[in-house]
Amino acid sequence: MNPHPDLTVGVIHGLGWLYLLLFFLNLGWTVRSYKVDGQYESLMGIKHAPKALVWAAYSALLLIVTLVHFAVESDASNFKLRLPEFIKNPADAVIANPISFFCLSIVIYAAIILLRKWWVKPTVSWVLFNLSVLFITVSMTDYDFRKIVGKPDNVPIVGMLFLVGFTTWLYFSKANENDRRIAEGLPVREKELSDQVLVWPDLVYTEMICMILITALLIVWGVALQAPLEEPASAVKTPNPSKAPWYFLGLQEMLVYFDPWMAGVVLPSVILVGLMAIPYIDFNTKGNGYYTFNERKFAISTFLFGFMPLWTGMIVLGTFIRGPNWNMFGLYEYWDAHKLEVLNNVNLSDYFWLSFLELPLPKPDPQAGFFSQAGSILLREWTGILVILFYLFAIPPLLAVTIFKKFFVKMGFVRFMVLANLFLFMASLPLKMVLRWVFNLKYIVSIPEWVFNI
Amino acid sequence: MSVTEYIRKSQIWRSIFRHPAPYDRRNRAVVILTNFFLHLHPVSAKKGGIALSYTWCMGGITFFLFLVETLTGVLLMFYYRPTLEWAFTDIRALRDVNTLGIMREIHRWGAHAMVITVWLHMYRVFLTGSYKPPREFNWVIGVLLLVLTLLLSFTGYLLPWDQLAIWAITVGSNMARATPFLGHEGPGFQLLNVGGFDLITNASDARFLLLGARTVGEETLNRFYILHCVAIPIVVSGLIAVHFWRVRKDGGISQPL
Ligand code: HEM
Repeated sequence: MNPHPDLTVGVIHGLGWLYLLLFFLNLGWTVRSYKVDGQYESLMGIKHAPKALVWAAYSALLLIVTLVHFAVESDASNFKLRLPEFIKNPADAVIANPISFFCLSIVIYAAIILLRKWWVKPTVSWVLFNLSVLFITVSMTDYDFRKIVGKPDNVPIVGMLFLVGFTTWLYFSKANENDRRIAEGLPVREKELSDQVLVWPDLVYTEMICMILITALLIVWGVALQAPLEEPASAVKTPNPSKAPWYFLGLQEMLVYFDPWMAGVVLPSVILVGLMAIPYIDFNTKGNGYYTFNERKFAISTFLFGFMPLWTGMIVLGTFIRGPNWNMFGLYEYWDAHKLEVLNNVNLSDYFWLSFLELPLPKPDPQAGFFSQAGSILLREWTGILVILFYLFAIPPLLAVTIFKKFFVKMGFVRFMVLANLFLFMASLPLKMVLRWVFNLKYIVSIPEWVFNI
Repeated sequence: MSVTEYIRKSQIWRSIFRHPAPYDRRNRAVVILTNFFLHLHPVSAKKGGIALSYTWCMGGITFFLFLVETLTGVLLMFYYRPTLEWAFTDIRALRDVNTLGIMREIHRWGAHAMVITVWLHMYRVFLTGSYKPPREFNWVIGVLLLVLTLLLSFTGYLLPWDQLAIWAITVGSNMARATPFLGHEGPGFQLLNVGGFDLITNASDARFLLLGARTVGEETLNRFYILHCVAIPIVVSGLIAVHFWRVRKDGGISQPL
């Protein structure tokens, strides 16, 4: 059952404006390409058309597409330029599955770092930008996509994704340049700009222009999109799904894998303490005051891991993909509140007692005294408790004498332990995810008697 | 004498701006030193440090958005009463009957934008290694500002008192009842009991402290209103002042040594 209302003329015209914008951007790019990329390219000794010609052709195509959109006056349901149906189902299947979603975000993360020399090249990054815009415009022809991505409160998140992409591009282009200079023994680029200039006008004008642009942006945005206002609050009508504000969706997502005391209290606190601790545990004195990757590989890769797959990825997941009953839905999928997902998650203690020993779980006797109860709980959960203790107390020293030996020597005991524990807490989320997917593992330690589950 | 010259020479103008126009080097320095708003800046700075491509101006934009939010927020306060009877209706009236209604849009989109820019600012500070000595402590202040920015946005989310608002706050604050020891569904809360009586119940735990009640209700609205309009903005203003002070005292925007 899929009650898709179809395209409307208004939507098609709106898309026309987006294509028009993209057309003008690419027109500019064509001019740039004509000037920068040279008039002719030599391909295997044969002189062939300048790159700019390709861009010109592409821009012309965009213009035609724009006109096609603007030409629609009625009968929008017969509009042909739309995302083909046969793409939707496979795309949804990849996106709506936690395993492939997470793997995809890890692949993107790894590619951003490993292919950093390649993807920041002007032509490559421009193509990537075009593809992401086209992905959105084409997808907008799908009702369900439009409904979730076009929600006024979700529009800024789309904007944020582009900004994160742009700033990351900016970072890597500058870092690559500096890394090359460092390798050649030259001073970094920032060093060449070390002469003192007066703040009036050099900085004050920049600030002024920023303020004007931001004001203009907010006014246009405010006129274009109305702030949402739903039904008056009702304590009895629970919406499905109920979502926290978007910047807390990462925490809400963690609730799938951890109990609220971990996801809502302990992990956020650890994140904050961890952020504040960064300057005190990063002992690397290089890379202070300029962009570089090679001189700070570990720090940057770790931070990017937290920033991209974890923070940004979980916002995307929580906003666009989590639907009714907190099930995952593809971007082109109808949010069906009756979609069923079978959950049969098992605790580690069940694995140990029921499957491995084939014995019943030890049951604490509610009449017995505290110590007897505690005894049988510990007996039931000893495997999990051992795992946790091992994770928290044995792994840091193990790291210290193996792969992180250099760190340990340089950092000293306290700093290293703080670093190792923060690292382990950050890793606990992906680890728990993998355990859930591979073994259906629910809790490693499950003591409902004390509301203590990990 | 041209009109601008006439204005610049008038007693009124000269009483406001205590120096000639910043046309030459000397006066460009003086304008920064004598103007209250400009004196947040140093007179001169390294070219690389103030380059837009270096700072992305993200801290500055965040600060500007904070000012925009303050201004539009004050305007909104004129039209908004934080009670169950009026909160929703007042917000709807902003849309339907109020000429200044677009203030709500600007306030809401500005808030989203501020959350985004504060993250990007942190991102930039991290990527340039600007938290390294001597700027460690300013990074810590920054993290506090980040948390407070999120809390500002979170407390404001409730005020329209629509379905979106109360359920988002319900979901968000439900986690507080699982606080270890201090939440009535958190691990270890049974340990805090005196003579068989639990100290931590649904009417005394961390969530109750946040909401002022067992569920999101009028007490919560009042609490969040005061946090949103008074308490958090004051703290944020104070911390921003310290943050800026430290940027200057730590040697200005970071640059290679
Ligand atoms: C309300 C929030 C904030 C405001 C208004 C703000 C404002 C600013 C401004 C205007 C600067 C000058 C340089 C620039 O624009 O980049 C700055 C620098 C700095 N900020 Fe923030 N900031 C905020 C939050 C943060 C956060 C969340 C962090 C980090 C966790 C942070 C850490 C720093 C540091 C370390 C510097 C010095 C950077 C350098 O010297 O290059 N700030 N801040």
